[in-house]
Amino acid sequence: MTGALEPRTLGLTLGLVGGVLILLVVATVIVHALRHRADSGISPAILETFRLRVRAWWAMCSILAAAFFIGQTATVVLFGLMAFWALREFITLTPTRPGDHRTLFLVFFVITPLQFVLVGMGKYPLYSILIPVYALLAIPALIAMAGDFKRFLERTAKIQAGLLICVYCLSYAPALLTLDLSAAEPGASPDPAAKVRLLFFFVLMVQLSDALQYAWAQIPSRHVIAPAIHPSKTWEGLLGGTASVTLVGAMLWWATPFYPNSWQMAVAMSAAMSLVISLMAFAGGLTLSAIKRDRGVRDYGTLVEGHGGLLDRIDSICFAAPVFFHFVLYWLIKVQELAQPWERR
Amino acid sequence: MDTILLTRNCLAAVARLLSGASVRWIDSQPDTCQRVYFANHTSHLDAIVVWSALPRVVRELTRPVAAKDYWTKGRIRRYLATEVFNALLIDRTQIKVHHSPVDAMIREIGNYYSLIVFPEGGRSDGPEIGEFKSGLFYLAKRRPDLELIPVHIDNMNRILPRGQVLPVPLLSCISFGPPMWLEAGEPKHEFLHRTREAVRRLKEMD
Repeated sequence: MTGALEPRTLGLTLGLVGGVLILLVVATVIVHALRHRADSGISPAILETFRLRVRAWWAMCSILAAAFFIGQTATVVLFGLMAFWALREFITLTPTRPGDHRTLFLVFFVITPLQFVLVGMGKYPLYSILIPVYALLAIPALIAMAGDFKRFLERTAKIQAGLLICVYCLSYAPALLTLDLSAAEPGASPDPAAKVRLLFFFVLMVQLSDALQYAWAQIPSRHVIAPAIHPSKTWEGLLGGTASVTLVGAMLWWATPFYPNSWQMAVAMSAAMSLVISLMAFAGGLTLSAIKRDRGVRDYGTLVEGHGGLLDRIDSICFAAPVFFHFVLYWLIKVQELAQPWERR
Repeated sequence: MDTILLTRNCLAAVARLLSGASVRWIDSQPDTCQRVYFANHTSHLDAIVVWSALPRVVRELTRPVAAKDYWTKGRIRRYLATEVFNALLIDRTQIKVHHSPVDAMIREIGNYYSLIVFPEGGRSDGPEIGEFKSGLFYLAKRRPDLELIPVHIDNMNRILPRGQVLPVPLLSCISFGPPMWLEAGEPKHEFLHRTREAVRRLKEMD
């Protein structure tokens, strides 16, 4: 996929990946330094959370980097497997009845793979409606055919919600690779790594949102947003975290495909996109926490001993991906219209 | 490593991956001493899932007790049951006083093997645990030295319910409880009730 890149775009890609690597190394060093000092004044629980997160980031980054360099198909397959596993965790915690069995089989082994095949083929309008239209209608119809009406609406809604969050929303992350970004800079030689950088930028901003919102929530005078749902999600964390993510996003304007000819516009766009990503990441974490609280568990992965579940790690990606994808798409349509004014109307 | 051992370990790994099983030992430890693991029965895959949840050394010494009519149908099933799982096949249609399954079990395990049994007999329909058949009692009476380990299999009835062929890949959970023995002079129904309660208690610990 990275084939023969121009020196400029290769430099941009390496700059982004290298920057993340340096960040990870710094984080790892800090964790080890703090763990070996008893008087650091930081509570062990927070330190342990931080250590586990840094480890999860290493895993996520190396898998992402490997998939990027193998190619688009590998990345789509990787996200497909993640969606499959996340749905597995979601449905495991969701009470279903024997009458749902065949529908669940269809959901796992037909709809989920099909969604990612369509994403991999870049069939845009089709993969955006496969689940919200066809699956949405097929699921209750199939369950009705099984003949069990007990708590019917509740059961269908739960399966639909799982499919939407874990599969549909997540599939918009690899869908970023299928966007045609050449419209952003008409006439310039196409840059095949631009899409890869866009996906990397997205995942990086989501992970930073999680981390910075958590870090900002540690400052005193906490105003917890919904104590019954998540005790460490505070207004300070949301505002401070979002502000810092927006700032970091703005500073990464050079790695994004937005307005290659005007750095002022690119900075503004990157900042706005980072702001949206951070807000959606917050919404994802809080929503999935609410579902967990309702089911009376701490992590989706309590079933996998000692680890948080995969869904606990990617809930923010699930919420941010479709919104980010569509904002990039609106922007692409906008610049295309400006480039070809005679096609308007 | 010979092929049968390799097949065994691969199959155990596949079974663990497919059932997504997390394994918990509650007030209990894996051990190579002779034991009888008794579990609730909700799916055809139960024997395989419990067997694959055991550590490798223990697994080599443990034989699932399974129904002959099901596990000798077709060459693959027969190969899996006799060669891979080293299962102890019980003919459900031929149970007689002089040909009781308990005799066969005691003969087969000698002083070496452990067993995985499902005292409900058949698979139960829902998540409720059915009444235990008396086999476990007679086994414990004739071999009071065997450690009885309650095992609860959670979610397998959703993964492959009765009458379904296609599995849904949910995550299951296998819990092993502390060892039990037949008390001196304990009546049959009390013992069966007590062992069934032990499995039910593991279920409530989820």
